[in-house]
Amino acid sequence: MLLIPCPWCGPRDEIEFGCGGEAHIARPENPDELSDEAWADYLFNRANPKGPFAERWVHSHGCRRWFNVVRDTATNEILAVYEMGAPRPEIGSPPVLASPDESGTTSDGESL
Amino acid sequence: MAERYQQQSALAHFGLSARATSDQNESECGVWLGEHAFRGQINLRGDPGKKTFMDAVAKVTGSRLPTKPNTSAGPDDPQAGPRALWLALGEWLVVTVPGAEEETARSLAEATADCGGTVTDVSDARTVIAMGGRHARDVLMKGCPLDLHPAAFEPGACAQSLLALATVILYRGADPSEADVSAFEIHVARSFADYLWTWLEDAADEYGVRIIEG
Repeated sequence: MLLIPCPWCGPRDEIEFGCGGEAHIARPENPDELSDEAWADYLFNRANPKGPFAERWVHSHGCRRWFNVVRDTATNEILAVYEMGAPRPEIGSPPVLASPDESGTTSDGESL
Repeated sequence: MAERYQQQSALAHFGLSARATSDQNESECGVWLGEHAFRGQINLRGDPGKKTFMDAVAKVTGSRLPTKPNTSAGPDDPQAGPRALWLALGEWLVVTVPGAEEETARSLAEATADCGGTVTDVSDARTVIAMGGRHARDVLMKGCPLDLHPAAFEPGACAQSLLALATVILYRGADPSEADVSAFEIHVARSFADYLWTWLEDAADEYGVRIIEG
């Protein structure tokens, strides 16, 4: 069982979450111009590394918000947690936890 | 919404009021259970960073919305006024006494119309199961992954989590009968209420259960 640090609710049990697969997969700008191979690659092919892997998770039974997690697939160690839309952090640095401050805005000043 | 005279609580078929006892001397009972039927529940969304929104809501509810995750604001006793539970960034659940939800929702909608508030009356979606007694936490710990130690889950704390695999909103209040133990309010979807009540009664059986009037 993983203990996943939700950026909003804090550390919670894995059963409260859903995993959305690999993160940072952008939909191609012009799907019409893609070859079948390139389209199939976008749809189906995912990295399967042994080591740090960026994934999307959703806190389904908590705040119902999506966020990104870098998890080591060999050790299940969670190396970083960051917001949707943020670039993948450099791994090797300690876990970065975005947390809302008292005004409810996020660390980079963005508010909902 | 159903007409008031047609309203049936989610646990009406258990006949809880017939089993309820107000006898405080039943010291062999480690847990008490009851249903707070028809509590008003209003889902409120808005920008916590916007002062006009926060001020407008505070004017209606009488207390400022909590911005710290897993906390609540407002009186423990719902008779004293609405209570707001933090649900997510920019989302709260405003809990009122039965019947007050329509008026509160209308006031909130009018007050926040100009500053981006969204108000939805969701009272009929969930019922509230109340549980307390000196073994209440032991019962919850059988089916809830949260850290419910009093130091981690303080009076006034709230959290959305799972209880016996049912999605719940858990709120910790103060037990009016015994000062040193806590009472919990469990908001659970109406369709899960029968299942969760049955589970709770079974889980609490070993400590002795007393049913209270909601």
